[in-house]
Amino acid sequence: MTDTDTSKINPLENEAIYIFREVAAQFEKPVLLFSGGKDSITLVRLAQKAFYPAKIPFPLMHIDTGHNFPETIEFRDRLVKELGLELIVRNVQDSIDEGKVKEESGRYASRNQLQTTTLLDAIEEFKFDACIGGARRDEEKARAKERIFSVRDDFGQWDEKNQRPELFDMLNGQIELGQNVRVFPISNWTELDVWSYIQKEQIEIPSIYFAHTRATFLRDGLIWSADDDVVYRDENEEVEERVVRFRTVGDMSCTAAVLSDASDISSVVQEIRDSSISERGARIDDKRSEAAMEKRKQQGYF
Amino acid sequence: MDVLKIATAGSVDDGKSTLIGRLLYDTKSLTSDKLEAIEKKSKQLGYDYLDFSLATDGLVAEREQGITIDVAHIYFSTANKSYIIADTPGHVEYTRNMVTGASTSQAAIVLIDARKGVIEQTNRHFFINNLLRIKTVIVAINKMDLVDFSEEKYNQIKSDFEALMSKRDYQDQNITFIPVSALKGDNVVNKSENTPWYTGKTLLDYLENTDQKDVYNTGTPRFPVQYVIRPKTEEFHDFRGYAGKVYGGELSVGDSVFVLPSQTKSKIKDIHFYDKKVQTASRRSSVLITLEDDVNISRGDMIVKENDLPTIDKQFTATISWMDSENLTTGKKYVVQHGVNKVLAKVSTIHHKINPDYSGVDETAETLKMNDIAKVSFKLNKPIFYDAFKTHRTNGSFILIDSQSNHTVGAGFIQ
Ligand SMILES: Nc1nc2c(ncn2[C@@H]2O[C@H](COP(=O)(O)OP(=O)(O)OP(=O)(O)O)[C@@H](O)[C@H]2O)c(=O)[nH]1
Ligand SMILES: [Mg+2]
Repeated sequence: MTDTDTSKINPLENEAIYIFREVAAQFEKPVLLFSGGKDSITLVRLAQKAFYPAKIPFPLMHIDTGHNFPETIEFRDRLVKELGLELIVRNVQDSIDEGKVKEESGRYASRNQLQTTTLLDAIEEFKFDACIGGARRDEEKARAKERIFSVRDDFGQWDEKNQRPELFDMLNGQIELGQNVRVFPISNWTELDVWSYIQKEQIEIPSIYFAHTRATFLRDGLIWSADDDVVYRDENEEVEERVVRFRTVGDMSCTAAVLSDASDISSVVQEIRDSSISERGARIDDKRSEAAMEKRKQQGYF
Repeated sequence: MDVLKIATAGSVDDGKSTLIGRLLYDTKSLTSDKLEAIEKKSKQLGYDYLDFSLATDGLVAEREQGITIDVAHIYFSTANKSYIIADTPGHVEYTRNMVTGASTSQAAIVLIDARKGVIEQTNRHFFINNLLRIKTVIVAINKMDLVDFSEEKYNQIKSDFEALMSKRDYQDQNITFIPVSALKGDNVVNKSENTPWYTGKTLLDYLENTDQKDVYNTGTPRFPVQYVIRPKTEEFHDFRGYAGKVYGGELSVGDSVFVLPSQTKSKIKDIHFYDKKVQTASRRSSVLITLEDDVNISRGDMIVKENDLPTIDKQFTATISWMDSENLTTGKKYVVQHGVNKVLAKVSTIHHKINPDYSGVDETAETLKMNDIAKVSFKLNKPIFYDAFKTHRTNGSFILIDSQSNHTVGAGFIQ
């Protein structure tokens, strides 16, 4: 113990801790949606801080598309074990097998959209009333409109024109049976805030965030992982080994890599500082249309 | 690093979104892909300039109508500060969103269109910023490019605004005036050559130089208990900690405290921040407190310093901002959420509606419509522990929840 007071506090961290505690107090069955990406890993650390010395009082849930990077899954399982947390996994493959959703095909096929059905089914199955996620307002301009407590109706839908005002730091979590609230504790963090926090707190993250050699191919000026089982590739799209890392970790089929030799956290933070392209610039799912995110959110996507 | 939260205000089309876009652009906070998207869209709309409002108007309906409907939060940082700007809508119909944006901010930028000068909406927005006791207000006189950067125009608007300032309730506000062109970038981040008569700071320069003490009003420490932590593990067998955020002032180990509502006396034993123990919990920190004595405490209770009690009462009078399409009427019941505490409340009297343009009050009002501001008294089913908003921003404010729709229908500032 070296600090004598909390005057050097990180306001964003304190806000997030406050939000976590509100969730635990206001809801009966919260769940933390865990993707294995840096934002949800950060959430886990913040939740630990919010409830220490008690354990995190809710489970984690991963909606597994089956197209995750294997490194992410290994990491997920290790983290859960080390912290003694409860993990629920629901698979998009099951939703496909049950005929609830149809797999996309073609060049830009991705399971990203299909996740929504699996997620909504799981919320219903477990009767979760609050789903905590790592979305940030700086990621995308429709997300910039999102509340910290965002109410979803029975169909999981977001009514963007009828959002509850959020005043001061009072969070209104009152809902009807069947509704649920999406909670975003790191709403006000930027990408750089998250990376700086990971560095300062020495939080472990999956290896794919750091530079490594990978079989890749180019499409639309972006670098894709050449995993032919998961990512569609034309014959003329040539595979080449490149030294890359990922800035954001979604599905292999919708997350592009960036050329980078940043092999440790401090060089990653430096790279983000210098970078001139946004994180979502490497997400093909947003490029489908200008309003892509808003549409997906209305349907219940995270 | 310091975080400064700022809200914008001003009438429709005064250039709020454009100003924020300009701030992002000139501080090189717009990444190349976002900039490309703005260039593309501006061209598509047939503009011969970059429409920076496209950077913040995130909803389809907003881009179609060219107006802001809902608050957007925009982020950028400089070497010494992080900024969070709430881009609020200017339309009268969305005044409630403006109140919302201002409630979480420590500073405000009020825009005025130099061609139009001080108009009704300026009065209203200044009134709201004053009602919410925003300590730092920057009046950006915008679209100076359309009035030939006229010093005379600027001075005229400034003196009109100063006339308004004399009517305000909260006098301890730092107010500054800056002539800008959000579209062209004059005096936003870079000093303009078109306004040699203006010797003050640029907008960003001014923000960079605001200090914590310029934006925070200090009060007395209040610790509303959010959550009780009982690990029930072997290591922490009898541990019982109170989780919450410290508001207004600071609390230290050894402080003699009172627990409300029971008014039990105790002392602070330890203050934890995660796995560390600290001596003092400063304002706005989320900590865990343990007490020397075994006191029965639950969520909504409050820990305060022994000789520093808030008002404990089952009724209060407040200025409220009504935000729902269903009217507020005398006799109606609502849930009052005061911090993390919830009680049932009944509207006992609507004293008067306040015309937010400083034109007086309406004593005949029997109901409140959306966007109305009024002085109202409430009766509660249980006492709450409050301070006047004037002396304590957090412990003097509350929200109203409709127990049928569960919607947040109003915000209040206790007298
Ligand atoms: N000439 C000139 N035009 C400006 C300036 N600032 C904004 N505009 C234009 O004014 C119009 C409205 O700007 P917005 O930024 O959308 O206005 P707003 O205040 O955000 O409007 P609401 O959000 O709907 O209240 C746009 O066409 C801008 O290009 C300026 O400094 N000079
Ligand atoms: Mg706007």
